[in-house]
Amino acid sequence: MKLDILHALNAERAARRAVAVVTDVTSGEQRLVKSAAVARDPLKDVIEKHLRMAKSGMEETAQGRVFLTVHVPSPQLVITGAVHISQTLAPVGQLLGYDVTIVDPRTAFASVERFPDVKVIAEWPDVALPPLNVDHYTAFVALTHDPKIDDPALKHALARDCFYIGALGSKKTHAKRVQRLKEAGLSDADIARIHAPIGLAIGAVSPAEIAISIIAEITARLRMKSEKAEAA
Amino acid sequence: MLSRDEDILKAAEDWRKAGRGVALATVVETWGSAPRPVGSNLVIDNEGNFLGSVSGGCVEGAVVTEAIDVIDSGKPKMLEFGVADEAAWNVGLSCGGTIRVYVEKVG
Repeated sequence: MKLDILHALNAERAARRAVAVVTDVTSGEQRLVKSAAVARDPLKDVIEKHLRMAKSGMEETAQGRVFLTVHVPSPQLVITGAVHISQTLAPVGQLLGYDVTIVDPRTAFASVERFPDVKVIAEWPDVALPPLNVDHYTAFVALTHDPKIDDPALKHALARDCFYIGALGSKKTHAKRVQRLKEAGLSDADIARIHAPIGLAIGAVSPAEIAISIIAEITARLRMKSEKAEAA
Repeated sequence: MLSRDEDILKAAEDWRKAGRGVALATVVETWGSAPRPVGSNLVIDNEGNFLGSVSGGCVEGAVVTEAIDVIDSGKPKMLEFGVADEAAWNVGLSCGGTIRVYVEKVG
Protein backbone atom coordinates (compact mmCIF):
# COMPACT_ATOMS: atom_id res chain seq x y z
CA MET A 1 0.00 0.00 0.00
CA LYS A 2 1.41 3.37 -0.98
CA LEU A 3 2.01 5.63 1.99
CA ASP A 4 -0.19 8.39 0.58
CA ILE A 5 -3.12 5.94 0.24
CA LEU A 6 -2.57 4.73 3.80
CA HIS A 7 -2.37 8.32 5.03
CA ALA A 8 -5.61 9.30 3.25
CA LEU A 9 -7.29 6.13 4.54
CA ASN A 10 -6.38 6.93 8.15
CA ALA A 11 -7.53 10.54 7.70
CA GLU A 12 -10.96 9.41 6.44
CA ARG A 13 -11.34 7.01 9.34
CA ALA A 14 -10.34 9.63 11.89
CA ALA A 15 -13.02 11.91 10.41
CA ARG A 16 -15.65 9.13 10.73
CA ARG A 17 -16.23 8.89 6.97
CA ALA A 18 -16.76 5.56 5.20
CA VAL A 19 -14.00 4.62 2.79
CA ALA A 20 -12.99 1.68 0.60
CA VAL A 21 -9.67 0.47 -0.74
CA VAL A 22 -9.79 -1.51 -3.98
CA THR A 23 -6.84 -3.84 -4.46
CA ASP A 24 -6.18 -5.78 -7.64
CA VAL A 25 -4.61 -8.82 -5.99
CA THR A 26 -2.97 -9.96 -9.22
CA SER A 27 -1.16 -6.73 -10.13
CA GLY A 28 -1.01 -5.22 -6.66
CA GLU A 29 -2.58 -2.01 -7.99
CA GLN A 30 -4.60 -0.12 -5.46
CA ARG A 31 -6.87 2.88 -5.11
CA LEU A 32 -8.81 4.62 -2.39
CA VAL A 33 -12.51 5.37 -2.91
CA LYS A 34 -13.92 7.97 -0.54
CA SER A 35 -17.61 7.67 0.27
CA ALA A 36 -18.41 10.86 -1.67
CA ALA A 37 -16.81 9.34 -4.80
CA VAL A 38 -18.45 5.91 -4.71
CA ALA A 39 -21.36 6.93 -6.96
CA ARG A 40 -18.91 7.79 -9.77
CA ASP A 41 -16.82 4.65 -9.39
CA PRO A 42 -16.89 1.90 -12.04
CA LEU A 43 -17.31 -0.65 -9.20
CA LYS A 44 -20.08 1.43 -7.59
CA ASP A 45 -22.49 -1.47 -7.01
CA VAL A 46 -20.09 -3.83 -5.27
CA ILE A 47 -18.48 -1.05 -3.23
CA GLU A 48 -21.91 0.14 -2.08
CA LYS A 49 -22.87 -3.40 -1.11
CA HIS A 50 -19.73 -3.89 0.96
CA LEU A 51 -20.04 -0.49 2.63
CA ARG A 52 -23.68 -1.15 3.53
CA MET A 53 -22.78 -4.48 5.12
CA ALA A 54 -19.54 -3.07 6.61
CA LYS A 55 -17.77 -6.16 5.27
CA SER A 56 -14.50 -6.43 3.40
CA GLY A 57 -14.22 -9.16 0.78
CA MET A 58 -13.02 -10.55 -2.53
CA GLU A 59 -15.05 -9.81 -5.67
CA GLU A 60 -14.89 -11.02 -9.25
CA THR A 61 -15.44 -7.94 -11.39
CA ALA A 62 -15.21 -6.93 -15.04
CA GLN A 63 -11.83 -5.51 -14.09
CA GLY A 64 -10.59 -8.78 -12.61
CA ARG A 65 -10.33 -10.19 -9.13
CA VAL A 66 -10.23 -7.42 -6.54
CA PHE A 67 -10.19 -7.26 -2.78
CA LEU A 68 -12.36 -4.56 -1.26
CA THR A 69 -11.33 -3.31 2.16
CA VAL A 70 -14.11 -1.25 3.63
CA HIS A 71 -13.88 0.90 6.71
CA VAL A 72 -17.15 2.11 8.13
CA PRO A 73 -17.33 4.14 11.33
CA SER A 74 -18.83 2.25 14.25
CA PRO A 75 -22.50 3.27 14.50
CA GLN A 76 -23.78 5.17 17.46
CA LEU A 77 -27.26 5.41 18.92
CA VAL A 78 -28.30 8.65 20.58
CA ILE A 79 -31.53 8.72 22.55
CA THR A 80 -33.29 11.66 24.17
CA GLY A 81 -35.26 10.41 27.13
CA ALA A 82 -34.03 8.21 29.96
CA VAL A 83 -37.44 6.57 29.88
CA HIS A 84 -38.80 3.05 30.28
CA ILE A 85 -38.33 2.20 26.56
CA SER A 86 -34.69 3.31 26.82
CA GLN A 87 -34.08 0.77 29.58
CA THR A 88 -34.41 -1.94 26.91
CA LEU A 89 -33.33 0.06 23.84
CA ALA A 90 -29.96 1.09 25.30
CA PRO A 91 -28.67 -2.39 26.31
CA VAL A 92 -30.04 -4.01 23.14
CA GLY A 93 -28.36 -1.26 21.10
CA GLN A 94 -25.10 -2.07 22.89
CA LEU A 95 -25.51 -5.79 22.15
CA LEU A 96 -25.88 -4.90 18.47
CA GLY A 97 -22.62 -2.96 18.55
CA TYR A 98 -23.79 0.64 18.90
CA ASP A 99 -22.12 3.21 21.10
CA VAL A 100 -25.18 4.30 23.04
CA THR A 101 -25.73 7.68 24.69
CA ILE A 102 -28.87 8.84 26.46
CA VAL A 103 -29.55 12.54 26.90
CA ASP A 104 -32.11 13.73 29.43
CA PRO A 105 -31.90 16.95 31.44
CA ARG A 106 -34.40 15.59 33.98
CA THR A 107 -32.03 14.23 36.60
CA ALA A 108 -34.69 12.07 38.23
CA PHE A 109 -34.87 10.04 34.98
CA ALA A 110 -31.20 10.14 34.06
CA SER A 111 -29.93 8.20 37.05
CA VAL A 112 -27.12 5.68 37.21
CA GLU A 113 -29.40 3.22 39.04
CA ARG A 114 -31.78 3.12 36.10
CA PHE A 115 -28.97 2.87 33.51
CA PRO A 116 -26.00 1.17 35.15
CA ASP A 117 -23.93 0.48 32.02
CA VAL A 118 -24.97 3.25 29.64
CA LYS A 119 -23.54 6.71 29.07
CA VAL A 120 -26.24 9.06 30.33
CA ILE A 121 -25.85 12.83 30.04
CA ALA A 122 -28.13 14.85 32.32
CA GLU A 123 -28.02 17.99 30.18
CA TRP A 124 -30.22 19.76 27.65
CA PRO A 125 -29.64 18.72 24.03
CA ASP A 126 -27.96 22.02 23.08
CA VAL A 127 -25.23 21.24 25.62
CA ALA A 128 -25.13 17.44 25.38
CA LEU A 129 -25.36 16.82 21.62
CA PRO A 130 -22.61 18.93 19.96
CA PRO A 131 -19.71 17.01 21.61
CA LEU A 132 -21.21 13.65 20.59
CA ASN A 133 -20.23 14.05 16.93
CA VAL A 134 -23.71 13.08 15.72
CA ASP A 135 -23.26 12.15 12.04
CA HIS A 136 -24.44 9.91 9.20
CA TYR A 137 -23.44 6.82 11.22
CA THR A 138 -25.73 7.81 14.03
CA ALA A 139 -29.26 6.62 14.73
CA PHE A 140 -31.22 9.21 16.66
CA VAL A 141 -34.32 8.43 18.69
CA ALA A 142 -36.49 11.01 20.50
CA LEU A 143 -38.47 9.46 23.35
CA THR A 144 -39.19 12.15 25.94
CA HIS A 145 -42.60 13.33 24.62
CA ASP A 146 -41.42 16.78 25.71
CA PRO A 147 -41.05 19.23 22.80
CA LYS A 148 -38.58 21.32 24.81
CA ILE A 149 -36.20 18.35 24.77
CA ASP A 150 -37.12 16.42 21.62
CA ASP A 151 -37.55 19.27 19.12
CA PRO A 152 -34.07 20.82 19.39
CA ALA A 153 -32.57 17.32 19.35
CA LEU A 154 -34.51 16.38 16.21
CA LYS A 155 -33.30 19.56 14.49
CA HIS A 156 -29.72 18.67 15.41
CA ALA A 157 -30.17 15.09 14.09
CA LEU A 158 -31.64 16.35 10.80
CA ALA A 159 -28.85 18.89 10.34
CA ARG A 160 -26.25 16.14 10.93
CA ASP A 161 -27.86 13.74 8.43
CA CYS A 162 -28.36 10.80 10.79
CA PHE A 163 -29.06 7.56 8.90
CA TYR A 164 -32.11 7.01 11.10
CA ILE A 165 -34.26 9.51 12.94
CA GLY A 166 -37.31 8.39 14.90
CA ALA A 167 -39.67 10.14 17.29
CA LEU A 168 -42.10 8.58 19.72
CA GLY A 169 -45.70 9.71 19.66
CA SER A 170 -49.10 8.96 18.22
CA LYS A 171 -50.18 10.31 14.82
CA LYS A 172 -51.82 13.21 16.65
CA THR A 173 -48.70 14.02 18.68
CA HIS A 174 -46.61 13.79 15.54
CA ALA A 175 -48.97 16.10 13.60
CA LYS A 176 -48.42 18.73 16.29
CA ARG A 177 -44.67 18.14 16.10
CA VAL A 178 -44.72 18.55 12.31
CA GLN A 179 -46.56 21.84 12.77
CA ARG A 180 -43.97 23.12 15.26
CA LEU A 181 -41.02 22.05 13.11
CA LYS A 182 -42.54 23.72 10.03
CA GLU A 183 -42.99 26.92 11.98
CA ALA A 184 -39.36 26.63 13.00
CA GLY A 185 -38.46 26.67 9.30
CA LEU A 186 -37.76 23.01 8.56
CA SER A 187 -38.56 21.75 5.06
CA ASP A 188 -41.16 19.09 4.29
CA ALA A 189 -38.37 16.87 2.98
CA ASP A 190 -36.51 17.13 6.28
CA ILE A 191 -39.61 16.45 8.33
CA ALA A 192 -40.45 13.43 6.15
CA ARG A 193 -37.17 11.84 7.26
CA ILE A 194 -38.51 11.42 10.79
CA HIS A 195 -39.93 7.96 11.42
CA ALA A 196 -43.20 8.48 13.28
CA PRO A 197 -45.04 6.66 14.63
CA ILE A 198 -41.73 5.11 15.58
CA GLY A 199 -40.71 1.46 15.07
CA LEU A 200 -41.71 -1.40 12.79
CA ALA A 201 -45.38 -2.38 12.96
CA ILE A 202 -45.08 -5.56 15.06
CA GLY A 203 -47.96 -4.77 17.39
CA ALA A 204 -45.60 -3.76 20.19
CA VAL A 205 -47.38 -3.00 23.47
CA SER A 206 -44.91 -3.00 26.37
CA PRO A 207 -41.99 -0.54 26.56
CA ALA A 208 -39.57 -3.40 25.90
CA GLU A 209 -41.51 -4.48 22.80
CA ILE A 210 -41.54 -0.91 21.51
CA ALA A 211 -37.76 -0.84 22.01
CA ILE A 212 -37.46 -3.98 19.87
CA SER A 213 -39.63 -2.47 17.12
CA ILE A 214 -37.40 0.63 17.14
CA ILE A 215 -34.11 -1.27 16.98
CA ALA A 216 -35.56 -3.44 14.17
CA GLU A 217 -36.45 -0.31 12.20
CA ILE A 218 -32.96 1.10 12.79
CA THR A 219 -31.42 -2.19 11.57
CA ALA A 220 -33.52 -2.09 8.40
CA ARG A 221 -32.29 1.45 7.76
CA LEU A 222 -28.69 0.45 8.37
CA ARG A 223 -28.60 -2.73 6.29
CA MET A 224 -31.20 -2.54 3.53
CA LYS A 225 -31.27 -0.38 0.43
CA SER A 226 -33.43 2.63 1.21
CA GLU A 227 -36.44 1.63 -0.97
CA LYS A 228 -36.63 -1.80 0.70
CA ALA A 229 -36.21 -0.36 4.20
CA GLU A 230 -39.01 2.08 3.47
CA ALA A 231 -41.33 -0.84 2.62
CA ALA A 232 -40.41 -2.73 5.81
CA MET B 1 -12.11 -4.79 17.36
CA LEU B 2 -12.73 -1.65 15.33
CA SER B 3 -10.57 0.54 17.48
CA ARG B 4 -7.83 -2.11 17.44
CA ASP B 5 -7.90 -2.29 13.65
CA GLU B 6 -7.64 1.47 13.55
CA ASP B 7 -4.59 1.34 15.75
CA ILE B 8 -2.98 -1.18 13.41
CA LEU B 9 -3.35 0.95 10.29
CA LYS B 10 -2.26 4.05 12.20
CA ALA B 11 0.78 2.11 13.42
CA ALA B 12 1.57 1.08 9.83
CA GLU B 13 1.58 4.74 8.82
CA ASP B 14 3.57 5.88 11.85
CA TRP B 15 6.16 3.10 11.52
CA ARG B 16 6.71 3.89 7.83
CA LYS B 17 7.00 7.63 8.52
CA ALA B 18 9.59 6.81 11.18
CA GLY B 19 11.68 5.25 8.41
CA ARG B 20 11.07 1.59 9.15
CA GLY B 21 10.46 -0.98 6.40
CA VAL B 22 6.81 -1.96 6.77
CA ALA B 23 4.43 -4.57 5.36
CA LEU B 24 0.72 -4.96 5.83
CA ALA B 25 -0.93 -8.39 5.88
CA THR B 26 -4.69 -8.67 5.37
CA VAL B 27 -7.00 -11.69 5.62
CA VAL B 28 -8.69 -11.61 2.21
CA GLU B 29 -10.53 -14.94 2.14
CA THR B 30 -11.56 -17.56 4.68
CA TRP B 31 -13.13 -21.01 4.38
CA GLY B 32 -14.62 -23.06 7.16
CA SER B 33 -13.99 -22.02 10.70
CA ALA B 34 -11.47 -19.17 10.65
CA PRO B 35 -10.21 -17.40 13.74
CA ARG B 36 -10.17 -13.85 12.36
CA PRO B 37 -12.59 -12.32 9.86
CA VAL B 38 -11.83 -11.09 6.37
CA GLY B 39 -10.24 -7.65 6.58
CA SER B 40 -8.21 -8.37 9.72
CA ASN B 41 -4.75 -6.82 9.62
CA LEU B 42 -1.25 -7.53 10.81
CA VAL B 43 1.45 -4.90 10.42
CA ILE B 44 5.06 -6.05 10.33
CA ASP B 45 8.36 -4.15 10.24
CA ASN B 46 11.71 -5.26 8.78
CA GLU B 47 12.98 -6.31 12.20
CA GLY B 48 10.08 -8.67 12.74
CA ASN B 49 8.06 -6.50 15.11
CA PHE B 50 4.34 -6.85 14.54
CA LEU B 51 0.98 -5.63 15.71
CA GLY B 52 -2.50 -7.08 15.19
CA SER B 53 -3.42 -10.57 14.09
CA VAL B 54 -4.59 -12.55 11.10
CA SER B 55 -5.25 -15.84 12.87
CA GLY B 56 -5.12 -15.33 16.60
CA GLY B 57 -1.60 -16.68 16.83
CA CYS B 58 -1.49 -19.82 14.64
CA VAL B 59 0.26 -18.52 11.54
CA GLU B 60 1.62 -15.11 12.52
CA GLY B 61 5.20 -16.41 12.65
CA ALA B 62 5.05 -17.57 9.05
CA VAL B 63 3.38 -14.35 7.92
CA VAL B 64 6.09 -12.27 9.58
CA THR B 65 8.83 -14.25 7.78
CA GLU B 66 7.10 -13.82 4.42
CA ALA B 67 6.44 -10.13 5.17
CA ILE B 68 10.15 -9.45 5.63
CA ASP B 69 10.67 -10.91 2.13
CA VAL B 70 7.95 -8.65 0.79
CA ILE B 71 9.58 -5.60 2.41
CA ASP B 72 12.86 -6.53 0.69
CA SER B 73 11.41 -7.31 -2.73
CA GLY B 74 8.54 -4.81 -2.81
CA LYS B 75 6.38 -7.48 -4.48
CA PRO B 76 3.07 -8.40 -2.86
CA LYS B 77 2.39 -12.06 -2.00
CA MET B 78 -0.72 -14.16 -1.49
CA LEU B 79 -0.30 -16.74 1.29
CA GLU B 80 -2.59 -19.63 2.05
CA PHE B 81 -2.82 -21.50 5.35
CA GLY B 82 -4.85 -24.52 6.28
CA VAL B 83 -4.56 -27.95 7.80
CA ALA B 84 -3.22 -29.96 4.88
CA ASP B 85 -1.23 -32.66 6.66
CA GLU B 86 0.67 -33.43 9.86
CA ALA B 87 3.70 -31.49 8.72
CA ALA B 88 1.59 -28.42 8.14
CA TRP B 89 0.49 -28.36 11.75
CA ASN B 90 3.22 -25.96 12.82
CA VAL B 91 2.10 -23.26 10.45
CA GLY B 92 -1.49 -24.39 10.04
CA LEU B 93 -4.75 -23.63 11.67
CA SER B 94 -5.74 -26.06 14.40
CA CYS B 95 -9.35 -24.95 14.02
CA GLY B 96 -9.56 -26.67 10.63
CA GLY B 97 -10.20 -23.59 8.56
CA THR B 98 -8.29 -22.16 5.62
CA ILE B 99 -7.31 -18.54 5.23
CA ARG B 100 -5.72 -16.55 2.45
CA VAL B 101 -3.56 -13.62 3.49
CA TYR B 102 -2.42 -10.82 1.18
CA VAL B 103 0.92 -9.31 2.16
CA GLU B 104 2.01 -5.98 0.68
CA LYS B 105 4.75 -3.47 1.30
CA VAL B 106 3.84 -0.07 2.70
CA GLY B 107 5.64 2.82 1.04
